[in-house]
Amino acid sequence: MSNIAESDRQGGLSTAKAAERDWRHPSERPLRAFILDNRAALGTLGVFVVMMAAFMIANPVVFTTWNLYSSVLTTLPVALFVVVPLVFVVTSGEIDLSFPATMGFASWVFALVVQAGYSPFLGILAALATGIVLGFLVGTLVVYAGLSSLIATLGMNFLLRGLIQIINEGKSTALVTLSQSWAYTIFSSQVFGIPVQIFWAIAFVIFAALLFNRHQFGAQVKIVGDNPDSAKQMGIDVNWVRVKVFVFVGIGAAIAGTFSTMINFTWWPTAGDGYLLPVLASVFVGGTPTWGGVGTVIGGAIGALTVSFIQTGVVAAGLSGFYVQFFNGLIIILSLLGHRWNQARYR
Amino acid sequence: MGETLIELRNITKSYGSVYALGGVNFSVERGEVVGLIGDNGAGKSTLIKILAGVVKPTSGEILVRGEPVSGWNAARSRDAGIETVFQDRALAVQQTIVRNIFMGRELTGFLGWLKVGKEVSEASRLMREIGFTSKVFTPKSIVGQLSGGERQGVAIARAIYKQAELIVLDEPTTALSLTETAKVFHFVRQVRASGRSILFIGHNIHHVFDIADRFVVLDRGKVALTANKRDVKSADQLINFMESVAHPGGLPGLEGAASSEHATQ
Repeated sequence: MSNIAESDRQGGLSTAKAAERDWRHPSERPLRAFILDNRAALGTLGVFVVMMAAFMIANPVVFTTWNLYSSVLTTLPVALFVVVPLVFVVTSGEIDLSFPATMGFASWVFALVVQAGYSPFLGILAALATGIVLGFLVGTLVVYAGLSSLIATLGMNFLLRGLIQIINEGKSTALVTLSQSWAYTIFSSQVFGIPVQIFWAIAFVIFAALLFNRHQFGAQVKIVGDNPDSAKQMGIDVNWVRVKVFVFVGIGAAIAGTFSTMINFTWWPTAGDGYLLPVLASVFVGGTPTWGGVGTVIGGAIGALTVSFIQTGVVAAGLSGFYVQFFNGLIIILSLLGHRWNQARYR
Repeated sequence: MGETLIELRNITKSYGSVYALGGVNFSVERGEVVGLIGDNGAGKSTLIKILAGVVKPTSGEILVRGEPVSGWNAARSRDAGIETVFQDRALAVQQTIVRNIFMGRELTGFLGWLKVGKEVSEASRLMREIGFTSKVFTPKSIVGQLSGGERQGVAIARAIYKQAELIVLDEPTTALSLTETAKVFHFVRQVRASGRSILFIGHNIHHVFDIADRFVVLDRGKVALTANKRDVKSADQLINFMESVAHPGGLPGLEGAASSEHATQ
């Protein structure tokens, strides 16, 4: 019996040796290593390219006009500022559905400060502070009260939005002085026809990607989402990491809300509401799985780009607006199928 | 052997009227591998938890390098250099080897940014130190791609990085194949060669027999036998002894080694 085991082991060894001889480690092939490290993001990029190609073939002429891209580049940044922090939340194993109300709440504070005659820069700081406080509130509620983040943040979304509605009674705030301000020039004007907010959004995405991959915060977010028990045993303050993730969403939502108000010169009590589903879809189209531990910031950004282009693309391709939802759904389902095939889940 | 790293004197632990441990005496020397064997319910896990400081003993004394330590807890245990590797929940399997080794102790520079290059080189040094060399895996490989034995290696490398003097391995080979067990043994021997100690826990005597320098057999909360490897002829002899403990009736050849309290029972 031991002979059988012995020969079996040797057989296993010789094949293993052969495999080892033929094997070249990914680090010896930089391109291969890059592809392996960025599978999910590259998959999302593939989805985007295929989708755009389909639209362009349908109506090549429209896609040569700059206006089409300009309109997407105006609204995309707002989504990017919330999609990116949500990648962190989903990676940590939680979800946050309260960001639309946080967007509305923080931009309301921004509008109040500007309307009272103060500098828009002060308004931005006030909005950021509001976002941090609300994020902290939502985070502590979920983490320390031990509530399900799915339900608790849904509740917080209704609660905060309700507060906004009760106090404003549906009235919007026009910010007429905003267009002459420095803040507007820096954050919301156009440079050579390109909306300037896209540069801020790209900078934010790059910063967040570094935070995710090259910073202790990102490292701990992934570990907490992967194996909280182990993280606890190794001395990571799991609860505090989770709270920080919700604070990050608060910050992103505050920036997003403020940008959206600056683009429109007007604050509406519904500000941010329309972003809930497209932003969530972007995170998952981007290749961040639902089970926590892994995620991709760049993928999420490309996911947001994809989702932003669906509506414009469908109409530009010559289809009626009634097709938009259908294509939204199609892209989401196809992306999920693609990611499932593309990404292995390790247990 | 060398200096006594840790010593437990007359440790008892009772849950209500039930005694999980009834006066355990037990020590680990520097640079030795102690195999702790016992059936389910013998008190192995209680003993591990007491060593790790997460469970407080009802009575008894714990000495670190000959000095009694009062108020034994998890922090004291860590200060004494005791690191426990639990079998299945130790690693974040979707992360890289580097991220697991530095879990909770990331090497950071300015404002918490990671020193990735330094972490990778430090991780390869640790992997080499325990003999975890492979052309297939680098510190940047995902732990989920590793086999069970190799995963134990990552956990051991992490314990060494945490300056552990005594690494407690809780059933490290229970779910592993022969080849994987051989890998874990290889890591354990490397760790011993570096002058650290290992407490190797298992209920499979054959697993523990090959690797340990000394055996401690635990039975119903008491040390039933302490024996050096050179005094035991074979694993079967140990098995016979354990059977004789379970079904009293004498044991040829090992009476002298058996602890007196048990011989009188």
